[in-house]
Amino acid sequence: MTDQPDGSRRMLTQRRNVLKGLAAAPAGMLVPAIARAAAPATSAVNTTGLAVTDDTVTVGILHSITGTMAISETGSVEAEKLAISQINAQGGVLGRKIKFIQEDGASDWPTFAEKAKKLLVGDKCAAVFGCWTSASRKAVLPVFEQYNGMLYYPTFYEGLEESKNVIYTGQEATQQILAGLDWVSKEKGAKTYYLLGSDYIWPRTSNKIARKHIENHLKDSRVVGEEYYPLGHTQFNTVINKIRLKKPDVIYAIVVGGSNVAFYKQLKAAGIDLHKQTLMTISVTEDEILGIGGENIAGAYACMKYFQSLKNPNNEKFVPAFKAMWGAQSVIGDVTQAAYLGPWLWKLTAEKAGSFDIDKIAAASPGIEFKGAPEGYVRIHQNHHLWSKTRVGRARTDGQYDVVYETPGLMEPNPFPKGYQ
Amino acid sequence: MSLLARLNTPERRELLWLAIFSVIILVVLPSILEPFRLNLFGKYLTYGFVTLGLVICWGDAGILSLGQGVFFGLGGYCMAMFLKLEASSVANTKIQSTPGIPDFMDWNQITHLPFFWQPFHSLAFSLAAVVVVPTVLALVIGVAMFKRRVGGTYFAIITQAIAAILTILIIGQQGYTGGVNGITDLRTLWGWDIRTDHAKTILYFVSAIALILCILAARVVRMSKLGRLLRALRDREDRVRFSGYEVANFKIFAFCFAAAVAGIGGAMFTLQVGFMSPSLIGIVPSIEMVIFCAVGGRTSLLGAVYGALLVNWAKTTFSEDLPQLWLLAMGGLFIAVVLAFPNGLAGIFRLAIDRLPKGPGGRRQPGITPVVAEQAGAPQ
Repeated sequence: MTDQPDGSRRMLTQRRNVLKGLAAAPAGMLVPAIARAAAPATSAVNTTGLAVTDDTVTVGILHSITGTMAISETGSVEAEKLAISQINAQGGVLGRKIKFIQEDGASDWPTFAEKAKKLLVGDKCAAVFGCWTSASRKAVLPVFEQYNGMLYYPTFYEGLEESKNVIYTGQEATQQILAGLDWVSKEKGAKTYYLLGSDYIWPRTSNKIARKHIENHLKDSRVVGEEYYPLGHTQFNTVINKIRLKKPDVIYAIVVGGSNVAFYKQLKAAGIDLHKQTLMTISVTEDEILGIGGENIAGAYACMKYFQSLKNPNNEKFVPAFKAMWGAQSVIGDVTQAAYLGPWLWKLTAEKAGSFDIDKIAAASPGIEFKGAPEGYVRIHQNHHLWSKTRVGRARTDGQYDVVYETPGLMEPNPFPKGYQ
Repeated sequence: MSLLARLNTPERRELLWLAIFSVIILVVLPSILEPFRLNLFGKYLTYGFVTLGLVICWGDAGILSLGQGVFFGLGGYCMAMFLKLEASSVANTKIQSTPGIPDFMDWNQITHLPFFWQPFHSLAFSLAAVVVVPTVLALVIGVAMFKRRVGGTYFAIITQAIAAILTILIIGQQGYTGGVNGITDLRTLWGWDIRTDHAKTILYFVSAIALILCILAARVVRMSKLGRLLRALRDREDRVRFSGYEVANFKIFAFCFAAAVAGIGGAMFTLQVGFMSPSLIGIVPSIEMVIFCAVGGRTSLLGAVYGALLVNWAKTTFSEDLPQLWLLAMGGLFIAVVLAFPNGLAGIFRLAIDRLPKGPGGRRQPGITPVVAEQAGAPQ
C-alpha cells in the first residue's frame, strides 16, 4: 500500500526543483501562464449557469461557526479563507477573482443540507469548501449529487464512500492507520494492542481496520481489548484500570471532542506515563491539544499527514502566513491544513479543465498535483481522495508534535479496503 | 337569537382565521416562493405539527413535555426505515459485502436485516407505525407517570431524560440505527423520487393539508367536553379529581395526542429533508420545539403553528445574513417575546384585535390578521 505512485522518481526530482523555485521566488512561481493571459470568455468556462462573471467566480464555505462543532471547524474556515485570499492575490482562477459566500451549518445536520442546497441552487456556487463531521457530509452528499455541485471535504474520516461530487482532501482511514501500526510494531516491537474510542462510526470503522491489520498483517500481534464510550463521556477510570491489568504494549485511542480532555488527564492522574507506555492516537491534532493541555499528553504518538512543526519550504511559508492572517496564537492541525488544500486543488483543476463546469472539474480532478501543499506534494487519486504521506508525531509539552517518522512514499487512498471490512 | 350569535361569533371567527391560514399556506406561499424556499417552509410546517400537539398537551392540559423530539423522531425514523429499505435494493447496494441491507449495517458487519426492520418493507405498516409507535410510547410513559400522579417539573425532567436516553440508544446501536450519522440518502417512496423539486412541492402540499386536518382534529378536541376538562384540570386539578373524573386518563390522552401528531410531523420531515438523525430528537431540539410553541402562543392552535413557521423562518434568515450573530439575535427575540408577551404572538394579536374599534356588526377586517402576526415576529 505504500507503493510509490507511477513515475515517482521523476516527480520527486521535479518536486525538488519546484520547491527550490518556491523558496527563491515566492507566490509568483505557482501562477500558471493562463492566469496572466487574458481571461477566457465567460461563455467558454461556464456552460452550466454557475455564478461566474467576467471577473469573479463565486464559491461557498459551509462550516459550523456556531454550536458544538464551531471550535473544531473554525480552523478549516480560516485556512480556506487564507487560500482564497492567496489565490486572489495571484490573479484568481481562470482570470477571475474568487468571491465566497459563507454559510453556517450550526452543528446541525439538516441545516447543513439546507445551506448546501442554498449555495448550489440559490447562489450557483462553482465549488463548496466545507463540512467537518461525517454526519454533516452524509447529510449534504445527496444534495451535492442531486444538484451536481462540487464539495471539497477536509476531515480525515472512515472511508466507505466515494462520490463524483466530492474531493476528499483529508485521509480515509487506512491512510491514517496502517503505516502507523507498521511503524509502532517495528520500532517499538509492540505485540499487544488495546483499542478504544468514542462510540460512532469513525472510531469503530477505524478500529475495525486497525484490528484486521494487527491480526492479519503484524507478526504475533493481537488485540487485548476493544471498548467504546459515548460521545462526551468523561469517566475513563474503568478502562484505565483494565489497561493497567492487561498491560498492552500500545494503547490505540480514538477518543474525540471533550472526552479527550478527561481521558488524558485521568491517564496522567492514574500514573500512566506516556513516555513509558506507548499510546497512539489518530484523533488528537494540535487543535485538540489546546484543550487537553500539552503537559497531559506529552509523549503520546499521533498518526496524521500533517503537523504544524513539519519542516519543508511550503510549510515554512504557510505557517507564518496563517499566523499573520489569524493571529500569532493560532495553531494549525491536520484538518486545517487539509482544508487549505481545497481551494488550491480546485483552482488547479479548473485551470487544467479550462472550465468551471462541475462535470469537467470532476473529470479533470484525478491526477491533479499540488506541489505547494504544506504537507508536501499531493495528488488526487482516481477515487477523488488524495495520495498523501502518513506521519507519526510525538506530542511535546508545548502542544506541538515532533515528527518521528514519515512514510517514504505517498500512501494510496483506499476508501473500500479489501480484507479490512 | 342574540345569545346564539354571541356563542357563535368566536367560533366562527376562529374558523375564519383557520381559513386565512389555509389560504396563506396553500395559496400565498406557494405562489410567492421559489421551490427551494417553499421546501424550507415545508420543513418548518413539520414543526407546526409538534407545536400543535404542545398546545393540547401543554397549553390546555398543562403538561410541559421537554421530550417532544422523541415522538417527532420516532415518527421520522419509522418513515426513514421504510425509505432506507427501498433505497437499499440489491441493485443499489451491490458493492457491499451483503447487498440488500442498508449501507450502515454493512459497515457494522451485520449480515442480515434485523427482525424489527423486516416489517418496514411494507408502506402500510410504516405509515401506521409513524402514528402508532410514538403513541404507544407516550401511552407507556403516560400510564407510568400520570397514574402515579407525577406531574409538573418532575414530568418535564423525565421527558427530557427520555429524549437523552433515546439519543444515546440510537447512537450506541449504530449497526441497527445508523448511529450518529442517522439514516441518510433516502431516495424514493414507492418508486417516486422524493428528491426532485416537483416531488418536494407535492410533499409541501401534503404536509400543509395534513397540518390543516390535524388543526381541525385538535379543534374538535378543544371544543368538546374533553377539551374543557383538560383546561379545567390544568387550572384546578384537585377539583376535577374531586368531581369524580379520573384525571390521569385525560392527561394520558393529551400526551398521546401530542405524540401522535408529532410523529406525523416527523414523518413529513423525513420525506422532505431526506434523512433522519439523532441530532433532531435530543434534548436541544425538544426544547426548541417548546420555544416555537411559547413564542407563537401556547394557548392558540394557530398561534403555535405560526410560531413554528416564523421562528424557523427567522432562524434561516438570520443565519444567512448574520452568520456570526444569529444565535444572539434569536435569543434576543425569544427573551423579548416571552418576557413581554407570555401568551406569545397569539397574545399580541388578541390584544391588537381587542383594541381595534368595533366595526359595524362586530365584524373585523380579516385581511389584517396574518400581517399583524408576521410583523410582530419579524426581525426588526
